[in-house]
Amino acid sequence: MSCCAPGTDTAFSPDATAYGLPSSEEMRLASRDLGNGLRQIDLSVPGVHCGACIVKIEGALRSLPDVERARVNLSSRRVTVVWKEGDGARAVDPQAIAAAIRACGYDAHLFSPAAAGEDGLRNDLIRAVAVAGFASVNIMLLSVSVWSGAEAATRDLFHWISALIAGPALVYAGRFFYRSAWNALRHGHTNMDVPISLAVTLSYGVSLWETIHHGEHAWFDATVSLLFFLLIGRTLDHVMRDRARSAITGLARLSPRGAMLVGGDGSREYRRVEEISVGDRLAIAAGERIPVDCRVVTGTSDIDRSIVNGESAPLAVGPGEQLEAGAMNITGSLVVEAIALARDSFLAEVISLMEAAEGGRARYRRIADRAAQVYSPVVHLLALASFLAWGAYDGDWKHAMLIAVAVLIITCPCALGLAVPVVQVVAAGRLFAGGVMVKDGSAMERLAAIDTAVFDKTGTLTLGQPRLVGRSNGDPGHQAIAVALAGHSRHPLSRALVAGLPERGYDFDAVTERPGEGLEATDDSGTYRLGRRAFACPAGASPTDETPYTEVVLSRDGAELAAFRFEDAPRAGASAALDRLRNAGLKLSILSGDRAPAVARLAETLGISRWQAALSPQGKTEAVAALQTAGAKVLMVGDGINDAPALSAAHVSMAPATAADVGRQAADFVFLHESLDAVPFALDISRGAGRLIRQNFALAIGYNVIAVPVAMLGHATPLVAAIAMSTSSIIVVVNSLRLRRPAPPAQETAKAHLSDLGAVPAT
Amino acid sequence: MNTLVFLIPIALFLGGLGLAAFLWALRSGQYEDIEGAAWRVLEDDDGVTQQGAPKTADRPNNHLS
Repeated sequence: MSCCAPGTDTAFSPDATAYGLPSSEEMRLASRDLGNGLRQIDLSVPGVHCGACIVKIEGALRSLPDVERARVNLSSRRVTVVWKEGDGARAVDPQAIAAAIRACGYDAHLFSPAAAGEDGLRNDLIRAVAVAGFASVNIMLLSVSVWSGAEAATRDLFHWISALIAGPALVYAGRFFYRSAWNALRHGHTNMDVPISLAVTLSYGVSLWETIHHGEHAWFDATVSLLFFLLIGRTLDHVMRDRARSAITGLARLSPRGAMLVGGDGSREYRRVEEISVGDRLAIAAGERIPVDCRVVTGTSDIDRSIVNGESAPLAVGPGEQLEAGAMNITGSLVVEAIALARDSFLAEVISLMEAAEGGRARYRRIADRAAQVYSPVVHLLALASFLAWGAYDGDWKHAMLIAVAVLIITCPCALGLAVPVVQVVAAGRLFAGGVMVKDGSAMERLAAIDTAVFDKTGTLTLGQPRLVGRSNGDPGHQAIAVALAGHSRHPLSRALVAGLPERGYDFDAVTERPGEGLEATDDSGTYRLGRRAFACPAGASPTDETPYTEVVLSRDGAELAAFRFEDAPRAGASAALDRLRNAGLKLSILSGDRAPAVARLAETLGISRWQAALSPQGKTEAVAALQTAGAKVLMVGDGINDAPALSAAHVSMAPATAADVGRQAADFVFLHESLDAVPFALDISRGAGRLIRQNFALAIGYNVIAVPVAMLGHATPLVAAIAMSTSSIIVVVNSLRLRRPAPPAQETAKAHLSDLGAVPAT
Repeated sequence: MNTLVFLIPIALFLGGLGLAAFLWALRSGQYEDIEGAAWRVLEDDDGVTQQGAPKTADRPNNHLS
């Protein structure tokens, strides 16, 4: 146990196997060849968060024989490892790297690297900020000299130097705005960047013209500092999204990249998922996910389909049964035959549904853009009006032009451009600290507006982990026997049994696991069996399908000794979180793919009156769409592959970090901690952010109401403009930092969390 | 006025030097892991492995490959 990383779950597996680690072949696929026999791999290690973690992991990796370099990146929670590849005989097993990290007590997994171009944009923006900052500081210096009374020739010289600095800086740093403004205009609408680009270009042009004609006023300083402020807002916004995106891509990938192909002659070869064709035979080991839709050829096992369709109870499968891509093979090895290509699998079907269910995201227009729709025509009209009015009034069109520029600069959406991003960056930072990641700012705007929350059951309201809730007899001896048997299995029910029963002290020499049925062991007193009723008591009656519980029976020589009942445990703090949502005025309901009895029982426990069960992905999407057609603004919280279309159909959506890849991609928010408190927490922050944004708009507009007449009457010199602009921006930023800090979601200790997962020995 | 002829270029040059230094730092990956750098300062060893061979601190991912 380290200071911070929870011990890995080796409590019930006497041997710390490679169960759940990425396979060697998969690691090799994910690594890059650096030449001279070196290979590099990037692993995501979400558990690192302090200096001790860095030292421990780097130390462990560097002590491996073939590792050349290892470096932990704490900001992105990633480890880069470079190792020497041996040749044939002493080829290095890359899995050793993941195993070494796991041995330190951290989970390591592969992630899908995001497009490389994204990091480039962040650096481009930072460079632009640096250049704009450099230019604005120097120009400000020169402007101060002009304001303090530099005369004729000196003033012209300073203006010329300012122009020389400002020109390239505007082209280099302003290109983001020009591009976006041009795109908006080409498609016939406006956004915030249109008035910005226009003000910058016009004011630079007019200032240059003034300089050439030995004019008294030039606006270079205002122009460049305006751009500088706006770029800061833009960069913060990008960094916020970047951080969330990289954290989300760093979560474990649940869909396998490849599978072990079994040739006709029994040879085995690792293939990428894309290269698997219909009819190929694949070997699926225990602990692996199903790569493509397939049919079982040989072998029996238990399959966990909770992430595919929300069924909470594991399902026993044997030859001839069909499996969907994404399901988890728990106990036995299988040989399966692919019946669909990866791109035609169940997952692909879901993705096409997702695309069809274009939700709130596509239709939603961000607050800033809606404000710009009103704001930019007004500003441009005001500038034009003052230009025409002054021109008509004294016939001095040059003076009229100067006043028009002053209006444009004074009203320039500096404060407006900062009003939204700064608030959202602060809010995203608060959310991030509470373990919730936001994909973009508009998600918070949308979340603040919801009135209905819809939850998936398995894996969202519950953990997707069974918990022992009842037993038919209390004989400690029998329970110790059950624990002794269950300790040898990875089946979720066995793990829950070990975690839920305190009795210990019985031991078997050998336990055989019969995948899909249960466990069996023999000693002097007879043959014990633990598993489904039909297997433990072959003579007994078969259980009905109508109970909300899953049952496991212990028998000796076919006679029942004890029965244990399990149910899917609700998440920590689920009912408290739901109460908070009710108090916030939301209507709640459950949409689940699981069987009705299980859903009914949970709905009753949590006090939710509206629920639907046994829904297909299509059914969930339609249910969400129906609510929205009725005028509701729906928040969907879900984790499965079957939730993904509904997640994209909803106005705004959330998923836990344990969700399927496709679900995480569809969601606007991803929460990392186990507690469901993340939902009300995100709602509070988003509503607070919404309030602050409206305040900021009010401040910016109030400031404009005062400043615009001043500019239109011709009293705005460059000095006044610079002061007014800076103060308005500073006021808005300071106001944004007032975001109240609600209590972050309760983070239960790692120990409690793990014991929920049945991963800590009950000593 | 004559002094300005010297002073302004010097001021701009020094400012530009600072800008260039920042851009260089950005390009060489020093902003890739700000949080990690804060902790690494506190470490005693210089990444010396058990074999005693000093390992160079590699630059973080350069996406050139």
